[in-house]
Amino acid sequence: MANVFDIYLLEALINGVLLGGVLGLLALGLNLIFGVIDVVWICYAELIMMGMYAMYYLYSVYHLPFIVAAILSMAGVGLLGVLLHVIVIQPLLGAAPINQLLATGGVLALLQSTATIAFGIDFKNLGIRLPVIEVADMFVSYTRLLAFGVALLGMIGMYLFLSRTYTGTAIRAIAQDRQIMPLMGVDTKRIYLITSAIGGVLAGLASCLLVLQYDVHPFIGLTFGPITFMICVLGGLGSMVGGFIASFVFAEIISVGGLYLDLEWGYVFAFVFFIVMMFVRPQGLMGRKS
Amino acid sequence: MSRFFPWLIGAVLIGLPFVYNSPYPLHIIIVVLIWSFVYTSWAVMGRFGLVSLGHGGFLGVGAYVTALLWNNFGLSPWIGIPVAMVAAAALAVLIAYPCSRFRITGHYFALVTMALSAIVLQVITATRDVTGGSLGYTPQRIAGGDSLFAFQFTAKETWYWIALLVWGLGLLVRWQVERSMMRYALEAISEDEDAASAAGVHVTVEKLKITALSAAMTALGGAMYCQYQMFISPDTVSGISASLQMVFASVVGGIYVLIGPTVGAIITIMLAEVLRIGFGTAAVGWDNFVYGILLVLFIIYLPQGIVGSLQAKFMGKKIG
Repeated sequence: MANVFDIYLLEALINGVLLGGVLGLLALGLNLIFGVIDVVWICYAELIMMGMYAMYYLYSVYHLPFIVAAILSMAGVGLLGVLLHVIVIQPLLGAAPINQLLATGGVLALLQSTATIAFGIDFKNLGIRLPVIEVADMFVSYTRLLAFGVALLGMIGMYLFLSRTYTGTAIRAIAQDRQIMPLMGVDTKRIYLITSAIGGVLAGLASCLLVLQYDVHPFIGLTFGPITFMICVLGGLGSMVGGFIASFVFAEIISVGGLYLDLEWGYVFAFVFFIVMMFVRPQGLMGRKS
Repeated sequence: MSRFFPWLIGAVLIGLPFVYNSPYPLHIIIVVLIWSFVYTSWAVMGRFGLVSLGHGGFLGVGAYVTALLWNNFGLSPWIGIPVAMVAAAALAVLIAYPCSRFRITGHYFALVTMALSAIVLQVITATRDVTGGSLGYTPQRIAGGDSLFAFQFTAKETWYWIALLVWGLGLLVRWQVERSMMRYALEAISEDEDAASAAGVHVTVEKLKITALSAAMTALGGAMYCQYQMFISPDTVSGISASLQMVFASVVGGIYVLIGPTVGAIITIMLAEVLRIGFGTAAVGWDNFVYGILLVLFIIYLPQGIVGSLQAKFMGKKIG
């Protein structure tokens, strides 16, 4: 058993925190959608995959500056989110929640195959290699640090938006009571559209960060998807604070578990932890009792 | 007339290889029958609102446990398959019991079971020294090719009858469930758990029974697939994609109708084959593209599926 000052353990812990930031960003978008529209986008990770492809083509093929490519990708994924809502979710708002989940499952297959057909199944990457920082014999990659920082900024921005603006307040109000808010003069339809757009933009932001660390391929969504849902459920679907805490817990389990065994075992531990936690706190860490 | 209809179809199906035994079409029919059985197994519980995305896990357990026992211990699939089925049922109970106790239903249930299929996929990939990981796994072929003990047969006709038998058994089991007291109990549960419980339905027991049954059947399907194809890989028999595939086909065919998942299997597999033959490697991805659109359209416009909607239209039957 390693002691606390073991340098590898410390490195794994730090990498866990950095991973947690990105996972937190992933969970944030999904939680927002769920909290406000009461729908689970099973295809959320596939939206991220689309954003990563957008980054690849804009940056590596069309040679746009990184920032411009990032903004365009975020806008593009935001638009995808709106389309998803208008075409698939809106007709199903009155249906059973499970039907909405399955319909977005169809979109998952659709996006995956669209990517396969349009972009091929080979792995693509931006070819950006940022330096690795060495602190006291520990190696921390600059990309992860950057991703963590931007994810944190994104989350703070989201918090400010939700708490300081009129639209943000309306969004939070809808999440609390879907029936009353239309009576208070809030246009539910418009709020749903805005929320879907924000959810998409957050997925787009995540894709700009993930594309720095991972190669893009049509099935990359399956790497992030399950873990994001589990984080959201563990935190209490719809609870943004819960999702935030859960993403760090998950990231640490994956990172430290991966240190002692293979990375896959880190994931296995995280999933098992998830199932055990479902039985201990079925409503999630910060969820309300239904 | 309609009473004899199923018997007539059955007789025609059993007699088919005597008249027609061209290998390729027969292969397609065998694959359709095996997957029809798997989709039917999913619909056995999916039909009661217990939408599981964990069945990819049970399929993987069925295929891998059978193959691993055979390769490592020389244990005949005749014993290996029941062991795999029991293992899958035990896994199902392990998940379903707390889910039921803590009221994890609807999309929470779907997400928790999704974690299960992700776990099975990750475990198969992580234990690559034993299972071959994502490269796949092959049961050892017996010398000579045919052996009842090893459950390996070279003749397509033999496999056709085995698949037909298994598929028929699947339909029989589902039919029995549909006319048992269990059906009324489970329908009551899916409408309102509290009311069902107050009316004397033991919610947890009923849910566990149907989940274990469905999981064991799915494991049998996985084992059949493994023995027939003689090759399994974690991507085809486990994970979320496999689970979603079961949902697609069943929903397209119609989950409330006995024959629905079978029709779903015919449509999805034929579609994939037609695309593959028509366009070759250029067709990679198109089958899933069409599935995806179909699933979305069906959920929105025809949630009863093809067979369900046809029945409702022509026979005035309201189901589900």
